[in-house]
Amino acid sequence: MHRFANPARFARLSARALPWAWAVAGLALGSGLVGGLLLAPADYQQGDSVRIMFVHVPSAWMAMFVYAFMAAASAVGLIWRHALADIAAKAAAPLGAGFTFAALATGSLWGQPMWGTWWVWDARLTSVLVLFFLYLGYIALWQAIEDPGKAARAAAILALVGVVNLPIIKFSVDWWNTLHQPASVLRLAGPTIHSSMLWPLLLMAVGFKAYFVAVLLLRMHAELNWRRIRALRLTAGESTDSSHGFATLPAERASL
Amino acid sequence: MRPKRRRLWAVVAGLGALGAAAALVLAAFEDNIVFFRSPSEVASNSLPTERRFRLGGLVETGSLRKAGDGVTVTFRVTDLAHAVPVSYRGLLPDLFREGQGVVAEGQLDANGIFQASQILAKHDETYMPREVAEALRKGGHWKGEGEGQ
Amino acid sequence: MPEGLREFLAMGGYWPYVWPSFAIALGIMLWLLLASLGEARRSQRLLAELRALRSEPGEGGDAT
Repeated sequence: MHRFANPARFARLSARALPWAWAVAGLALGSGLVGGLLLAPADYQQGDSVRIMFVHVPSAWMAMFVYAFMAAASAVGLIWRHALADIAAKAAAPLGAGFTFAALATGSLWGQPMWGTWWVWDARLTSVLVLFFLYLGYIALWQAIEDPGKAARAAAILALVGVVNLPIIKFSVDWWNTLHQPASVLRLAGPTIHSSMLWPLLLMAVGFKAYFVAVLLLRMHAELNWRRIRALRLTAGESTDSSHGFATLPAERASL
Repeated sequence: MRPKRRRLWAVVAGLGALGAAAALVLAAFEDNIVFFRSPSEVASNSLPTERRFRLGGLVETGSLRKAGDGVTVTFRVTDLAHAVPVSYRGLLPDLFREGQGVVAEGQLDANGIFQASQILAKHDETYMPREVAEALRKGGHWKGEGEGQ
Repeated sequence: MPEGLREFLAMGGYWPYVWPSFAIALGIMLWLLLASLGEARRSQRLLAELRALRSEPGEGGDAT
């Protein structure tokens, strides 16, 4: 029972946290969207195309934040062999991949009218594309290795190797010249976004983060269930079956 | 606790080695990572002129001309130290205007004119409403780029 | 269509870029949410079935 002691506590805590996460996500995203689409003014240079910022920037922040979270959880899982940390990292990956894809796609839709191109191979855009492939590789590793313990270890190493990409993404716009402009909000000298545009942006960022917490808890809950199902079947002796008993389970295969 | 400590140090050392390796690789490829060259680099003749490259800087105020055919534009790209004349035919991005950042892709011709095949607009990290930009300009506090509208 | 709404939807002429951006970002989030909800429900159901089958005392009261 020792192995499930922590997951049981996790289940209780997450059941208590989930409604709050949903409430914050709903309120922040709702007011952020109203603020971004209706209340924020058009930009003096970019006109209404600047509103793409309200989904592009939070997506890009989350793309990096989720990776940092995934790598930290991977390190904890790797060093202290904590199954819940492995599960957290695994559950976060598809969300990070989704945010990264959203950042790339919305950036492309913003770049075409403003810069005059859908895509360039500058340091910022290329390093974010690499981040997207890191997420895909991480997800693929989990799916390729049957044993959860071995899969967790292999995936954790990949996640940690990819950490080197995070400072490259963040500082690419300062270290090298790029088409992408430098940071507007997370800079030492303070934001260069007028407050009328900054507050909807921050609300959206809060909403994205609360959404991540909520869906992460949901995914971890599902993953814990799959592991319990697997354990139940193994103790029932189905593992001696040549088809190891659960290969026919479509729901298990479909898990992202 | 010993295996845990060992694994912890393995991860820390691994990340350190990886970071150092990445820094070395990035330093070695620095020339290929920069997206564009400045007019000063062109002026110092440090670039192979027969090769295509990207030229970046500001569109010099007052230098933009439309040629007689109506589609060719000429302007000068400046980094406030040197300027390079550019000629381009085709569509310009919405943000292209005098005083605004620009990246042109193309090649220098025999006359030292940069024949661009693609023009990209580059903007800075400042976002504000038109009225605020207007007020800043009137008050003489303008430090952003571009003429605005 | 009222003029104000038309103007809002036009996004100063940038509607072909602004609206797909919001659709893609929020669409991905909605899709991941629904997929994760389905996954949680499916696993919960299967686990309950298995426990009933093995007549093992369930932990119950899990987050859904």
